[in-house]
Amino acid sequence: MSADRPGPDTPPRPRGKHQPRDRWLPGAHELPVPRRSMLLEVVTRLVFPAVLVLSLYLLLAGHHRTGGGFSGGLVASQAFVLRYLAGGRADLARAAPAEPQKVLGVGLALAAAVALTPLLLGQPVLTSAVLHVEPPVFGPVEVPSSLLFDAGVYLVVVGVTLKLLRSLGVRIERETDNGGEAR
Amino acid sequence: MLILVIAHLVVAALVPPAARRWGPRALLAFAALPTAALAWTLTRAPGVLAGEAVRETVKWAGTLDLSFAFRLDPLALLVLLLVTGVGAAVLVHGAYYLDDADAGRVGALLLVFAGAMVGLVTADHLITLYVFWELTTVCSFLLIGGVGATRAERKAALQALLVTALGGLLMLLGLVMLGEAAGTYRLSAILSAPPRGGLVEAALALVLVGAFTKSAQLPFHPWLPAAMVAPTPVSAYLHAAAMVKAGVYLVARWTPAFADVPFWRPAVLVVGLLTLLVGAWRALAETDLKRLLAFGTVSELGLLMVLFGAGTPVAASAGAAMLLAHGAFKAALFLLTGVLDHQLGTRDARELSGVARTFPGLAAVAVLAAASMAGLPPLVGFLGKEASYEAFAGDPVVLAPLVLGSVLTVAYSVRFLWGGFATKPGVKASAGQRPTIGFVLPPAVLAAAGLLLGLWPGLTDDLARGYANGYGPTQEYHLAMWHGFTAPLLFSAVALVAGVGVGWAWDRLAALRARLPRAPEAQRGYEYGVRGLDALALQLTRRTQVGSLPLYLTVILLVVLAGPGLLLALHAPTSVPATMNGLVVQVPLGVLVLAAAIAVPRARHRLSAVLLTGVVGYGVAGLFVAHGAPDLALTQFLVETLVLVVFALVLRRMPVRFTPLRRGWRLHWPRWLAAGGVGLMVGAFALRAAAARDQPAISHAYLDHAEQAGAHNVVSAVLVDFRALDTLGEIGVLAVAAVGVASLVVGARRPRRGQEQEREREREREEVPR
Repeated sequence: MSADRPGPDTPPRPRGKHQPRDRWLPGAHELPVPRRSMLLEVVTRLVFPAVLVLSLYLLLAGHHRTGGGFSGGLVASQAFVLRYLAGGRADLARAAPAEPQKVLGVGLALAAAVALTPLLLGQPVLTSAVLHVEPPVFGPVEVPSSLLFDAGVYLVVVGVTLKLLRSLGVRIERETDNGGEAR
Repeated sequence: MLILVIAHLVVAALVPPAARRWGPRALLAFAALPTAALAWTLTRAPGVLAGEAVRETVKWAGTLDLSFAFRLDPLALLVLLLVTGVGAAVLVHGAYYLDDADAGRVGALLLVFAGAMVGLVTADHLITLYVFWELTTVCSFLLIGGVGATRAERKAALQALLVTALGGLLMLLGLVMLGEAAGTYRLSAILSAPPRGGLVEAALALVLVGAFTKSAQLPFHPWLPAAMVAPTPVSAYLHAAAMVKAGVYLVARWTPAFADVPFWRPAVLVVGLLTLLVGAWRALAETDLKRLLAFGTVSELGLLMVLFGAGTPVAASAGAAMLLAHGAFKAALFLLTGVLDHQLGTRDARELSGVARTFPGLAAVAVLAAASMAGLPPLVGFLGKEASYEAFAGDPVVLAPLVLGSVLTVAYSVRFLWGGFATKPGVKASAGQRPTIGFVLPPAVLAAAGLLLGLWPGLTDDLARGYANGYGPTQEYHLAMWHGFTAPLLFSAVALVAGVGVGWAWDRLAALRARLPRAPEAQRGYEYGVRGLDALALQLTRRTQVGSLPLYLTVILLVVLAGPGLLLALHAPTSVPATMNGLVVQVPLGVLVLAAAIAVPRARHRLSAVLLTGVVGYGVAGLFVAHGAPDLALTQFLVETLVLVVFALVLRRMPVRFTPLRRGWRLHWPRWLAAGGVGLMVGAFALRAAAARDQPAISHAYLDHAEQAGAHNVVSAVLVDFRALDTLGEIGVLAVAAVGVASLVVGARRPRRGQEQEREREREREEVPR
């Protein structure tokens, strides 16, 4: 999907009178002016990192508190959805440059690897273990092996969303741009 | 023997790169493998003929009691000699016949086929046998179809696949029934203690159908002549010497045990004799030498069926001799036709002339092979023919068609020689480059093998008796050139004289033949069958796949109602579980959800319908919160949001409003029934399920074990630990669904299949005048 990203020699579009001076979102200037919303861009800019951090928190905290790979992945997905809605397909490509199917594949592979690793150690599939570490500031921390499994789930969920955004969002949008009529 | 099979499969993978690097001549090196297999078979021969079968068992799924069992007994030995010997000859021939583009593909497939054939004849387990059987079918399909360049190739390949795979599937059914009736799938065990009964007879009938399709017996035979679109090495190997013998092999395998089953002998004899006559008759009329040989093969396969199905030691001896003879001479003749085709550019009898002058060596080989086909002494074909007359000497009903078949066989042998090599008045003498020694060598060796087996009847007799002894006490009859002035000798002479006469006078007889009423052609039957199947599929699809999503949903929901719904109605819930009561906040949330749900179908705008569905989802998430399930609620909220966004994305392509529905209760009551009924049913089901517990809940155990697994969040522990396998499956489904949706969106933009076919048809129209 590298075609979504503007090449280095794409000339910047001339600025209109109502266009915001600062680039809040790196890809948003690709959008035609009537489709842009100052408010949404600014809010997205402010919220996006925080939402991603929240999603990571949910992923890490899932073992003991509300959260987990599914909900973490869903929250991260909403962050990307926000980027797409606010900044269009170019901005989504900036926010998530990886190919969705690669994210999907890595997630599945990670989960499968975690599932199969115990076999190498002579244990049944999906046996989990807990690693107790004590880093200096945080105090004692438990790192269960299922955290990696959860990370796989997280990546799959994010991958699915990106894939849907690409296929249902970007493709349809591009066709409409190219003069394809809505059916 | 397993190693032999695997060696073929592995070495086959090396053929394409080798052929790319060194051209078709690389196949010469690969001929070493079948040659080695032949040598191995020959070294085992004395022991096997002395009655010590070579056995081999390799376990591969012990817990399922599955293993690769192989056994080399005299019958397997016979076929194996053919498979390996002809295989080597065909690969050498292919090195000269095939061009650069084909060599790698065809060579590799030939080796795979050889491996499958070795496995097929040595398999001692019914399922192993079947697997190799179908593997040969697949090879045949791929080899006939080539790269699918022309319509004729694709059609012939499909026909061969459909007919033989149909027989193969019926045979599988029969084999399973047989295995179950016998209590074992071990071939040798079934043969030593053959089961009996109605089930066994049905099973045998199915197995016979499989054998008949594979060996191109009436009325399944048309696929074999059609398969002649394949390159000559393929025709010579698969469709003359080896694969079509699989059916004969199967009959030969079962006859010792089941010849006394009432229908066995009549079925095999009638089908075999008819095939013998019809095949030979059709062969006479062909001018394409390859098709002539193909119908000749059909005819000879009929003869082999008769001999192997008769169930007497002499017939078995005759069958074994004919099996070897046919493999050698028919493969030789096919290869010769290939040489003619390659050097002269045609294999049509009407265009060839004076070939015997141009290529005298080739003609000599052809005469030797055709003489064996006609049953002339001192060739092995004569041994077989003599023995077959002897076998049915007391049975005129079989003998008469047999002799008639021989007459026709001699006749088409004459036609072949005349058509391929004679100097014809009025036809320009064919000219072409002299074939290299290596090109002529394979058919020459095969023809010489026929001569050797004929001149050394003791050897042929030993090979044949090894198998024929399976029919009981040692027999008196020996294969020999000279038995004195006996009836079979007379029949041989009659067949020879009459056959030469018919062959000579054929062109005059052709006028007579044209006046005969046209017999129904089996090819028509096949075509009607396939077309009928297509039409049936079309009708079924038209009736069931109407392309209306509401209709599909209605049908699915009504089925749910009729099945589980009805059952639930019989066991209606009697009490409401305690956990459902007592929460005040449930009431407003419930009202909200209900109101939104009722409003959804009344919405005019698509977006409002989607938003109202979202309200239902959020309301349910609220209920989760009220019941103290934050994880569930969180996921529900997030999914609901995501779904809304995805809906919105899709709705951009859709009209803003729904298409207005036609009013009327009569049109809509099934939908109301389905929707309302399923809603009530699910609700009742939830109540019923909650009240149905009679065992302690597993959740307590989960709570205890979650601590053990180091998790304080039991939901998370369930997801990533206790039921992690489920989760793994679910994310797999998610990934597949995402890729599926993406490809649907992309696929809808590609040119339709119909358009592609249209374009292809145009291409073919251009091809025709070629």
